[in-house]
Amino acid sequence: MSSAFFLNWFATIPDYAAPLLLAALGLIICERSGVINLGAEGLMAVGAMSAVIVSFNTSSPALAMAVGTISATALAVIFGIAVVYFKTNQVLSGLAIVALGAGITGVAGRAVAHQPVPGFERLNMGFLSEIPWIGKIVFSQNIMIYVCIVIVIVTWWAIETTRYGLKLRAVGEDPATADTAGVDVLFYRFIAVLCSGAFCGLAGAYLSIASSQVWVEGMIAGRGWIAIALVIFARWRPLRALAGAILFAGADSLIPRLQAIGADIPVYLMLALPYVLTLAVLIIPAVLFKRADVSPSALGLDYLRQDRH
Amino acid sequence: MLPVATDQIMQAQATMTHALELKAISKSFDGKEALRKASFNVRWGEVHALLGENGAGKSTIMNVATGIYSPDEGSVHINEQPVAVRSPGDAIRHGIGMVHQHYRLVKRFSVAENIVLACGDIQNLTSTSAAASAVAEKAAEVGFDVSAHAIVGQLSIAEQQRVEILKVLLLGASIIILDEPTAVLTDQESRAILAFCRRMAEAGHAVVLITHKLREVLEFSDRVTVMRHGETVLDGADTSGLDVDILSRHMIGEPSLAMDELNASLGDPCLTVSNLVVPSPNGTIGVEGISVSVREGEILGIAGVGGNGQQQLADALMGLTACENGSIRLGENDITNDNVTRRRQAGLRAVPADRFASGLIADMTIAENLAMTRLADGEFGGYFTLSRRTMRKEAEDAISDHDIRGAAPTRQTRLLSGGNAQKLLLARELSGSTRLLVAHSPTRGLDIKACNTVHSLIRKFVESGAACLLISEDLEEILTLSTRVAVISRGKVVGEFPKQEATPEKIGALMMGHA
Repeated sequence: MSSAFFLNWFATIPDYAAPLLLAALGLIICERSGVINLGAEGLMAVGAMSAVIVSFNTSSPALAMAVGTISATALAVIFGIAVVYFKTNQVLSGLAIVALGAGITGVAGRAVAHQPVPGFERLNMGFLSEIPWIGKIVFSQNIMIYVCIVIVIVTWWAIETTRYGLKLRAVGEDPATADTAGVDVLFYRFIAVLCSGAFCGLAGAYLSIASSQVWVEGMIAGRGWIAIALVIFARWRPLRALAGAILFAGADSLIPRLQAIGADIPVYLMLALPYVLTLAVLIIPAVLFKRADVSPSALGLDYLRQDRH
Repeated sequence: MLPVATDQIMQAQATMTHALELKAISKSFDGKEALRKASFNVRWGEVHALLGENGAGKSTIMNVATGIYSPDEGSVHINEQPVAVRSPGDAIRHGIGMVHQHYRLVKRFSVAENIVLACGDIQNLTSTSAAASAVAEKAAEVGFDVSAHAIVGQLSIAEQQRVEILKVLLLGASIIILDEPTAVLTDQESRAILAFCRRMAEAGHAVVLITHKLREVLEFSDRVTVMRHGETVLDGADTSGLDVDILSRHMIGEPSLAMDELNASLGDPCLTVSNLVVPSPNGTIGVEGISVSVREGEILGIAGVGGNGQQQLADALMGLTACENGSIRLGENDITNDNVTRRRQAGLRAVPADRFASGLIADMTIAENLAMTRLADGEFGGYFTLSRRTMRKEAEDAISDHDIRGAAPTRQTRLLSGGNAQKLLLARELSGSTRLLVAHSPTRGLDIKACNTVHSLIRKFVESGAACLLISEDLEEILTLSTRVAVISRGKVVGEFPKQEATPEKIGALMMGHA
């Protein structure tokens, strides 16, 4: 294999990593507050589809990203009210969001399916983009990749270093203590759910607008589930999610690269890859590092104030 | 900011006004009355003990004062003015701080992070570094040794309590409520914290001490309020005119029981443990060669400071952990390699130290918990069937036979108070053909009345010709209950006495590793 193969492979990794990373960051915020959101796949689908409708009609990819984000957040409002305020089962409600997302997009997106839409072009940063290797891998991505890097850092900063992050973490670790400290537990959880909706919507919109510039039904293709696995792989830390997303994306983008140079890869293997990766990523760290459980202590548990113990 | 200015406090103190007063508070949970027109008051500059059995409503009434529960009826007054305390935040604004029995600290956070969480908005401690210096300053002021950067979960219980107290002080509390602060502390730590309460009162604070230990009331508090079944039965009496008998009569409605001699004759050897060696995980002390025997009609007390191999001994006897060496015989049978089911069938039963971790399942019903260990006996149905009716009947009988309060067959076990949960556990473990009971700290966390009930159940059981191995860190319990005492230290039995020769001094010295 030539060095051109590796250069092309590495240059496509950010594009594969961005949607996984965005969705995982949203889920990290949500799970740090103690709510499990398994609806990522559905939220991403709604984001992808609604963004394409906007881009198709207005030719504005930036507006499309915004609308994709907002529409998935709207779906997350339903999920948030159900699980946080009405305390419905988080796992089942998440699965319902997956089904709902698939259903909505299948119907509402029919008109724009398979239509090319305007997206983001790869940037040319002058001499920076001319640097061998680094230029193509780091300085020639589309604008959203750089936005994504900023989002990772802001998310890390907000969760790990600010007071609001501290309260969010307290709500997910020990809601009774947070409540005594005057933190509105349910409100924090609801906002965290909305964040996961927004981030998953952005991730979906990235897939359809920035990455493929076309929408087809079912295009999320398991990436929502990978993002959920990525959260566990990253041990609920935003910066580890960045590293994990790059690793996942590297594996995910390998097969298309191999096909591009004419290797004979069965199509089934390609379709199965996201799910195989998800499993591998969950099993391998568990086997390799037998470390203490670091999941938020109140993850998946409802909080009832007047509960006697 | 506190609405109560300091000079107002001074003025209030001078006139001995009530810092906090709760008037005619009623509160029900799911139709069950927890408080019935209960009242309580505390003055500035005093330690006021709030005494009562478990489930008497002590914690509930204080949770009303701190805004965790809203009362169905009644009013809260601060400095003789009616106030509304609708949330913990309201309580903090009124200068009420509570040191909860289950510390309200996030275990994975550092001390400083916990302080930011609790006090950040009120005291404007927005960064962990600001919180750390505030902690250091306050700790030095009150004489605590606390590291602001330590992770709370890695601190000892006593250290966590100091963090909780610092938190309450940093919140600006002048009325400080401590919910059973000595329940989980050693004797020495308890005295330190009670002395601290006195110092706080002398500095002008109002201190409320929730407890069920009479000694603490008489020795460390100025006045006492006693609660029973959700009502106030003694309202703010001066402790100088009181003694243990008067207090316990108010508390349990009857005088404390004196134990008679055990009326049992010694029979055949029931349990024989020879050279038992049990490894322990993560470097703690295991069992390192213990030989003891218990005869029928005998209660052998194993005294010792916690963590000297008691847990491994209890687990090994029940078959929850494998022995490395030695043998365990129950009567004639060698049960060393038997599994739990076979040991239970042979007549070995246990009361574990943590009743909800390994005795009862909190989220299952009382009937289910009672039937749990006896499903193989066949009385609750065949291999695949389960007779709900028999389970219900058995549960009703057990509830009435053992006077388990607040129980119904289909009620969740977690809703029982500690004493009643323990009665339920004993009802199950002592039923059927039990030959030997391994009781590990059977009265931990229980009040006097529940203690007496548990003790008389065990005595009655042994008087019927069975045997009991009592493992306890409570020397008083060992001395009142046992017919023979063995002392365990560093995984070995370091001394064994018949009851007559077992004095607290002799046993205490052996427990501490002297002699």
